[in-house]
Parts: sequence; structure tokens; C-alpha cells
Amino acid sequence: MSLGAVVAFQSCKMKTTEAAVSGDAASKVYVAPGKYDEFYNFVSGGFSGQVSVYGLPSGRLLKVIPVFSQNPENGYGFNEETKPMLQTTHGYVPWDDQHHLALSQTNGEHDGRWLFANANNTPRVARIDLKTFKTVEILELPNSGGNHSSPFITENSEYIVGGTRFAVPIANQEAALTQASFKANFKSTVSFIAIDPNSGHMSVDFQVILPGMDLDLSRAGKGPSHGWFFFSTYNTEQANTLLEVNASQKDKDYIVAINWKKAQEYARAGKGKKMATEYYHNMLSEENHTATSEVVKEVLTLDPNELKDFVYLIPCPKSPHGCDVDPTGEYIVGSGKLAALIPVFAYQKITKAIADKAFEGDYYGIPVIKYEAALHGEVKKPGLGPLHTEFDGKGNAYTSFFVSSEVVKWSIKDLKVLDRVPTYYSIGHLMVPGGDTKKPYGKYVVAYNKITKDRYLPTGPELTQSAQLYSIDGDKMQLLLDYPTIGEPHYAQAILADKIKAQSAKIYDINANKHPYVSMGEKGTKVTREGNQVHVYMTAIRSHLTPDNIEGIQVGDEVYFHVTNLEQDWDVPHGFAIKHADNAELLVMPGETNTLKFVPKKPGVYPFYCTDFCSALHQEMQGYLRVSPKGSSVPLKWHTGKTDSAAAVATVR
Amino acid sequence: MLMKCTAIIFLDRMKKLSVLGRISIFLVIGCVASLWFLPMWRIDLAAPQYPEGIFMEIWINDIKGNVDVINGLNHYIGMKTIHKEDFKEFIYIPIALMVFCGLGLLVLLLNRKVGYYIWALIFFAIAGVSMYNFWKWEYDYGHNLDPTAPIKVPGMAYQPPLIGYKKMLNFEALSQPDVGGWFFIAAGIIVVGVSFYEWKQAKKQLK
Repeated sequence: MSLGAVVAFQSCKMKTTEAAVSGDAASKVYVAPGKYDEFYNFVSGGFSGQVSVYGLPSGRLLKVIPVFSQNPENGYGFNEETKPMLQTTHGYVPWDDQHHLALSQTNGEHDGRWLFANANNTPRVARIDLKTFKTVEILELPNSGGNHSSPFITENSEYIVGGTRFAVPIANQEAALTQASFKANFKSTVSFIAIDPNSGHMSVDFQVILPGMDLDLSRAGKGPSHGWFFFSTYNTEQANTLLEVNASQKDKDYIVAINWKKAQEYARAGKGKKMATEYYHNMLSEENHTATSEVVKEVLTLDPNELKDFVYLIPCPKSPHGCDVDPTGEYIVGSGKLAALIPVFAYQKITKAIADKAFEGDYYGIPVIKYEAALHGEVKKPGLGPLHTEFDGKGNAYTSFFVSSEVVKWSIKDLKVLDRVPTYYSIGHLMVPGGDTKKPYGKYVVAYNKITKDRYLPTGPELTQSAQLYSIDGDKMQLLLDYPTIGEPHYAQAILADKIKAQSAKIYDINANKHPYVSMGEKGTKVTREGNQVHVYMTAIRSHLTPDNIEGIQVGDEVYFHVTNLEQDWDVPHGFAIKHADNAELLVMPGETNTLKFVPKKPGVYPFYCTDFCSALHQEMQGYLRVSPKGSSVPLKWHTGKTDSAAAVATVR
Repeated sequence: MLMKCTAIIFLDRMKKLSVLGRISIFLVIGCVASLWFLPMWRIDLAAPQYPEGIFMEIWINDIKGNVDVINGLNHYIGMKTIHKEDFKEFIYIPIALMVFCGLGLLVLLLNRKVGYYIWALIFFAIAGVSMYNFWKWEYDYGHNLDPTAPIKVPGMAYQPPLIGYKKMLNFEALSQPDVGGWFFIAAGIIVVGVSFYEWKQAKKQLK
């Protein structure tokens, strides 16, 4: 009797997580020890400013790539070589908010060469080399309030874009914070960043200056729509305060369609305006392992009010977030954050509407296409709060719903909902491997969630965010795996491991090392003084540093430890740390030279040592720096292995 | 007179190389010449930290493979570092083999069985001296260790096997002929086989 009541009560409970996971999920994500994952999954780090690399389907964290934030773990942004990477017009900015990623593409498919990342706060884009998994280039963007709709990419990596999330007065002007001032002074900009097809180098080719509104997400057209870029917008109300309410008043905001091929023609024909400005372009040289900064002083701007017929607006319900182009390039899916439907626009209809001038009016002189004229159809009652859509290449779309916390699968052709699964909890972006390309790999969809609450062992008030992996092979989506992430994951990319793993570098060739302070072998080590600057040319090899005894340093000296790792074997990094260093340590890869600046504040003997467990005698890989009071007569001397030598440097093999 | 003449011709035929013998000279020279293009010997090493394996290739005039990696590891046990410049053999061996090939052509020109036998003996003299030399180097590297080496295992020497498998500390070593070495061995089999054949033929004709 009582047992029956319990059973009845249990069955009345809401669907639990356990119920959502079926029996064979574990075997589908099990990657046996020593085996490789099928996909590299690059995940944005959000407020961590970094990019993480996971293996799929195991969900194992493989690496965190430092991009916009300093990383004391390996000295990125702390060592002298990488400090220039984080320089901006507003000084050294060692952190950011990293939202979206784009893998380089050729013919609309991932080519495995580079990964691009945006910085939402101090407007920047970064390029990561997928041979070394290192950030090799960071470009600041002028006239941007916050680089959110970025770094979405064209099908042959002609351009990545940067659209401002915050309308601001351009040319760094100040302006009153009133709605009248907003309407008069505030602008939105879209930067078209050209990618050099050989080197990958980024440069701002031109900027399109739009009326003030907030650009949210973006996608390039592909196939038939190649040559176009689409951006979602919110706050076309042009509110400058309490946007929560004031930017949610209009029934429809816009999708901005930019014909970038036409814009490029205008730019090439010299029809743009050159504007004086300043922005940083930072590049890491693979030759000398050192970054340098260049300040660019000019940007080419295009005004759609003067140069006609390359920007159009399409009404889209309720502050759209996602603005996603399907693999055929024919359909554009808008996702109104506050809408109860998903509008799907057809590229053919958009071009026809433009040809027929089926406009309902204009917004600051930019034609607004009639909603119905551009519409393929609407997905009715899909869920609450659609955010972002990806595709499986089989005619299906997968849309994330933040408010109803679910992934919904629907058919592009007939706009019918096919399946839905809950996420835990409050999904933002989702990602199908290759889901933004012409040929999605399909197989999985990953949900990136904001709230984890009861999902893992509690860790105090500050909790991790998470990812959930679903199989999309069958008719029904199936939850396979749930794992925590670093920072806050926004968008992500995944590529077949086979497209990258063979090219992954193992070492740097020491003979190709052109670092100005490299020590080519232990015989090349020395210590030199120029005024109060002391340069230590140091080498690291299993299991000693050369020199490992240094005397004649004085309080207040700027000591630069230029550590060259002489190893030429895979996975033999050496670390370098010195007591009381107020910046970080170094982690030096085989064949590389890194520099740590150390300014001793007090006399004494400062031990230094290797921080990476490199070998059986790693613990012995240590030495001493003697620091004397300022003006001391202790001569500069250094050695390893000998006890009395001011000139020669011993070599102990 | 006729008898004597026939006997001389017969005797001459008995001393002269067969067609097979003459062809074999080209084969042997070909096999030996391959050593300029193919490695002679190979030592493979495996350890838990080296799942991909490391190896060393010995050529008649060079050492290739992961020599730097091996040198890096060997400093723990105080083994001397291996440098191409230390081996005078890389000059002598190619000269000796070139002379050997030249002598082969001379044997062909003289066209005498006895020349072939001597040539075969020279082959084995070169092979024997080379193998002894190889063993001596291995012994030297394996035993003459730096007394201040970080890792000292009492009674432990690190001489790699001349041929075959051996376990040394965390490393497993496998030493064996490489492609060029197998060609050289083939050359050896040919000179022995053909010498035997020539000798049998001479005996048959004598009966």
C-alpha cells in the first residue's frame, strides 16, 4: 500500500536528468587511454579571455591557449617577448572577454590553418596558428565600442568581421548621454579585416559606418550568398539607458545585410574616406620568438548614405541574437531573443526584394526590405528565447533556447519541429562540428550552458559553467556527456582531428632561432652589463642551467634572463623561476628563447630553478643569483660546474 | 701435340671464371655500392617515455637518426657524446669498399678463379675488421663512462648489442643490419656461393 504510494509519487515527479541519459551513452564518449578523440573542439573562454581546446567526444580538456589574458603558467603577457601582444592604444590591456571563434575556411570548409578569436571589451581580434597552438597576431579595431559580432569568416577566409556591440561616437569623440545625442552622434561600425591567404596576416581593409544601434551576431553568406554578410541588431530604438526596457520596445529590429563584394569595389575604386585614427597591430615572429607592435594611423571608411546599394535592412522580431546561414547558403535564420517564433529568410527572396525595391521604408537612409518579401517562413512555437542555430547538413537546424533551456531540432524545408531535449541549464550558443560550414560533419551538437547549479559537486558560490554533448545521428537527440568548462563558453568550433594533428609542431628548430639574445649552445652563454641593465644569456638542458651561479648583480639592476632551451626533442620544456619575481615564470619550449625581467629590491642570494619536471634530475636543475647592495664592488662573474672562473663558462655534459 | 693443346685449353678453362662467376662480380659490386645510398646498420631504442621509439642509423660515412636525443639521454650515465667527426672509419670504410669494387673489376679482367677466391677473402677481411671495429666502439662507449656521472649503477655497463636485443636500465635496444647491411650480407653470400661453385666446377673438370 505505502510502496504503491511511493511508486505513484515517483512517477509524478518531473523528468530528471537520469531519465534523460540512456544506457549506451558512456560507450559513445569513451575514448580508451592512449586513443585520440575524433574532433578538436575550440571553445571560447568568455571572461577568462582565453581559448580552451577539448577533445570530442570525450570532453577531455587538452589545452588552454592564452590569447587576450596574461598567463603566469607559461609567461604569456609577462615575458618580454609576448608583452607587445597585449599593447593597445590605451596601454597594456592584459585581459579581455572572449566570445566567438572562427576556423579558417577554404571553399566553405575548415582548412585547419588558423583560428580567429574576438575580444569583446577592448576591441581586438586574434589569430592563433594551428601548427603551434599559439597566439601569433592581435589586431586592435578603431571606431568600435566593443567587438562582439566577430570574428565570423567568409568561405575562403577573404575576411573576418568585427561589428561593434555598443554604438559609440566614432573617432574617440565624447558626447552627451541623452537620446538626442545618441541619435546625432552615435554610430555602429563593421570592420572588414582582410586575411592574407599565405601568411594569415590581418589588416583592416575598410569599415562600414552604420547608424547607431547594437550589432550582435553575424554570419557570412556562402555558396549563392557568398559576397554578403549578415548581422543581427538590437536597440534600433537607440536607447542610451535602461536598455532592458527601452531597447525592447519595437516589435522588430533588423538583420543588416552587407554586400561586401560591392563594398570592396567601392573601396578599391577609392570611393571611401580615409580617416585618421590609431590602432595597434601586434605580431609574434616565428623567427625570433618575439612580438612587435606597429601603430596604424589610418582607416578607410564607407558610408552607406553616400555609396548606395550595398547595405540593406531586414526586419527581424524582437532583438535578434543569432543570424545563421544554412550550409546551402540559401537560408538565413534569425533568432529573436524575446520572440516566440523563428523567422527564416531566403537569400533568393532578399535579392528579388532588392531588385523589385520591395522596401517598407528606410532607417537613416538605408532601405528596409519588407519582412514578408524576404521571408521563407516562420517556425511556430519552437520554444522560448531562441538564441543561436547550427546545421547538420541533412536539412535540419538546431536552435538553442535560453529561457526554456533546451535544444530544438527542426526541418529547414517545412519549418516543422522534429525533436527537443533539455539542457542543464540556460544554454547560450550551441555548436555542431562544422555546423557553420558548407559541409557540417554532423554527428554531435554541443550545448554551452551558463548555469550549472546542482550539476556537479558544489564549490562555493562561484560555480563552473558547462558543456553538454548530444548525439544527433538518429532521429532523436541523445544526451551523452556533461562536463565543466573554463571561463564562460560562448561560441565554439570543432574540426576533424585528422585535419590538424599531423601538422602539429613538436619543437622549434634551434638552428633557425634568430632571437637577438639566443645562446647557441652553452659556449654562447654569458652575462653582460650595460649601465644598470644586465643581460644573462642562459641555456637550459637536462638537467642544468648555464650559468647557474651569477654574482655581481646590484639592487635595482634590471636583470634580463634570456633562457634558451637547447633541447631538440618532443615534450622536453624547461621552466625558469627566480625567488621573489614579481611578474611570472617562464616556460620555454625546445629551441625557443624567452626572457624574464627581474629587478631585485633587496640584497641577498636568490635561488632560481626549473619549474617543469623535465627529467630525473629536474630537482637539481637550480642555481643562485647573488645580489649585492647598490654600488658594491663585487665583480660580475658567472659559471656552471666550476667553482672559480670569471671568464670562461664551463660546459658539463 | 693435339693432346697437349687440348690439355692446355682444358687447363685454361679450369682456371678461368665461369659465366656465372663473371656475372656475380657485377652483382657483388652492385650490392656493395648500395651502401652509399642505404644505411648499413640500425640500433632501435625503446623506453616508456619514448613510445614512438628512437633510433640510430649507421651509414658507411655517417650516423643519422636521433643522435642528439641519444646524446642528451646518455649524459646521465656519463657516456661520451657521439659525433660523426670522431669516426675515422667514415673515411676508411668507403675507401676500402671502393678499392674492393675496383679489385672486382680487375678479377673480371684477369678472369682467373684464383683471383675470385682472393677477392672473396678480401671481402671477409673487410667485413670482419668492420664488425670488430663496431664492437670496439660499442665497448668503448658502453664502458668508458664519466666517473662524475649523475646515475651510477654498480657493475652496470651500457654496451649495446652487436646484433640482437638487450635491456639496459629503462631502455630496450635492438641492433640489426639495415637495408644496405642486408645487401652487404647478400654480397657475402654471393661471393661464398660463387667461390664454392667455381671450385666444384674446377674439380669436376679435373676428373
